Amino acid sequence: MRTLPHWADVVLIPLISLLLAGLLSALVVLAIGENPIAAFKLMVEGSLMRSSGWGYTLYYATNFIFTGLAVAVAFHARLFNIGGEGQAIVAGLGVALVCLYIPWPHWSIALIGATVAAGLFGALWAFIPAYLQAERGSHIVITTIMFNFIAAALLNYVLVNLLRPAGAMDPASGPFPEATHLPTFQALFSTADTPLFRGAPANVTFFLALIACVLVWLLIWRTKLGYEIRSFGQSETAANYAGIHPKRTIVIAMLISGALAGMMSINTTMGEAERLVLNSVEGAGFIGIAVALMGRNHPFGVLLAALLFGFLYQGGAELALWTDIPRELIVVIQALVIMFTGALDNMVRMPLESLFAMLRRGNS
Amino acid sequence: MDFLDILQVLDSSVRLATPLLLACLAGLFSERAGVIDIGLEGKMLVAAFFSAAIAYMSGSVWVGLLAGIAASVALSLIHGLASITFRGNQLISGVAINFLAAGMTVLVAQHWFEQGGRTPSLTGAGRFESVTLPLSETLRNVPILGPIYHELISGQFLLVYVAVLIVPLTWWVLYRTRFGLRLRAVGENPAAVDTAGISVTRLRYMAVIICGVLCGLAGAYLATALQAGFVKDMTAGRGFIALAALIFAKWKPWPAMWTCLLFGVLQAVALRYQNIEIGNFVIPVQFMDALPYILTVVILAGLVGRAVPPLAGGEPYSKER
Repeated sequence: MRTLPHWADVVLIPLISLLLAGLLSALVVLAIGENPIAAFKLMVEGSLMRSSGWGYTLYYATNFIFTGLAVAVAFHARLFNIGGEGQAIVAGLGVALVCLYIPWPHWSIALIGATVAAGLFGALWAFIPAYLQAERGSHIVITTIMFNFIAAALLNYVLVNLLRPAGAMDPASGPFPEATHLPTFQALFSTADTPLFRGAPANVTFFLALIACVLVWLLIWRTKLGYEIRSFGQSETAANYAGIHPKRTIVIAMLISGALAGMMSINTTMGEAERLVLNSVEGAGFIGIAVALMGRNHPFGVLLAALLFGFLYQGGAELALWTDIPRELIVVIQALVIMFTGALDNMVRMPLESLFAMLRRGNS
Repeated sequence: MDFLDILQVLDSSVRLATPLLLACLAGLFSERAGVIDIGLEGKMLVAAFFSAAIAYMSGSVWVGLLAGIAASVALSLIHGLASITFRGNQLISGVAINFLAAGMTVLVAQHWFEQGGRTPSLTGAGRFESVTLPLSETLRNVPILGPIYHELISGQFLLVYVAVLIVPLTWWVLYRTRFGLRLRAVGENPAAVDTAGISVTRLRYMAVIICGVLCGLAGAYLATALQAGFVKDMTAGRGFIALAALIFAKWKPWPAMWTCLLFGVLQAVALRYQNIEIGNFVIPVQFMDALPYILTVVILAGLVGRAVPPLAGGEPYSKER
């Protein structure tokens, strides 16, 4: 029995969940003695009312689009990739190596090279958990969590012992050469009279993220592979009967997921820092979980949810700057969004279902 | 490295293994009842914060301990609500709980103490002292056994002894009581338990609450015994190491203790020796940090036999089906 119309499932439930999360967040702000309405106004002003605010919002959103797509693709195969963080860390290493050691003539070619490197390194880091899940049945959630920690230790080692320029104190690589610097929105859209996106880190990687959305949509709904991934996620036994190779599907879905998560490091490493630093991922891999859940695993939904989280991140930074509310408020909001859109889905769904059932009975 | 060095490393291993063991046993109760819990980390973290904060305000570590347990159980109940009552995804609920804890502890700490997300240092009755067992000084000079008793067995925190006692207690509850039998059954085949007229929901909530209490002890130990106060993100992945230990130990209490001790030794060695030189070869400290995680992956890969989780783990139970 389908009890909910499609639009309610796709639009109404996420909206109600979001509203609940927002309401609870407002209560939290109230509880620590601040005004939630003033806080919200400040967030909107700082992230959406100025072009430089948008520059930050879109920069963060770029990261979240990639990690959100990564989680979504894995979800379609009923795999929970909680290792986006580690995959992005290792991919950052790939981007750095490509930028530092290959003499690129122009940023556009360097971007292609970096995309390949980020995808390869990210996929590589997802490969072992995927292989272990497929061949040995080791739970992918646990292995990807472990790989996050291993990735952090690996990056620490490489930065401190190998990539750090002689005499430098902080664990970071040397600056990337000029030719690999990606054009920022400021350089792209400002004219002599109207400077736009001043000082903001948003760069061409954002368009790469949009392309990724389209490609993932094509992959999931318009290719044989996408069909295999979805049917495997719906029912492993049915997929098996249909001749879909389960092990192959697990590994391929995870490789794509890892590659997507890895590509966010193009934005942070090549686009913003222009060198490899220790904590460039900063939890974006985990935010991908919230983004995928809110976006209902659909690329367009992921895009919208990523923009929302971009707004929250930039708004949260503004709050920390101008009020006594710490940035961790964003972590709380993120937790509530994951809780309501993910785990407590039925809490919203069950009353709605009975409501719609009642309406239907009234009509007939 | 002489005998005393070894004893000192073992001593600090026991200290570091204790929070792992408590959290591991917490996960054991929950997962044996069929509720997967990757929110151990978050529960430890809130317990660490509230135990330190309330111990500081009240001046009593015992009041703090109770507050820590209460906070941890509160998160357990949220996990229960999501994964038992509303039959949601247990993994996602765990992730949410970890973030909720990471954010809320700093938010509240900043609001209460304004010290950048930490609590003031605990002193005197606000902190657990180490317990000196009887005859520790007298027996000190007995060869071999004397130093072991003096350095290793005596002089630990009270919660260390409690943790070690909870291991046989857990074994007894799981394998020798009716409650334990039902708990294990509900993790393997909830429908059978339901058919026998026993409430699956009630049993799973009990398991989740026990898990909360044990995580509360683990967190309180971190902030009021091992260290004197709460700092931001002080659990530092211990909840995940405990989860790893649980798999390593195949969801059994005694193996859980040995696994946590092994991981404790790894942490103690990494803490004490930093970069270890063997001849010309240097083992970097980052490798030691990553070793528990690497070992877990090796074990998950099936090199030490297969780890078979409780059958109904992660599956919400609904009567209709």
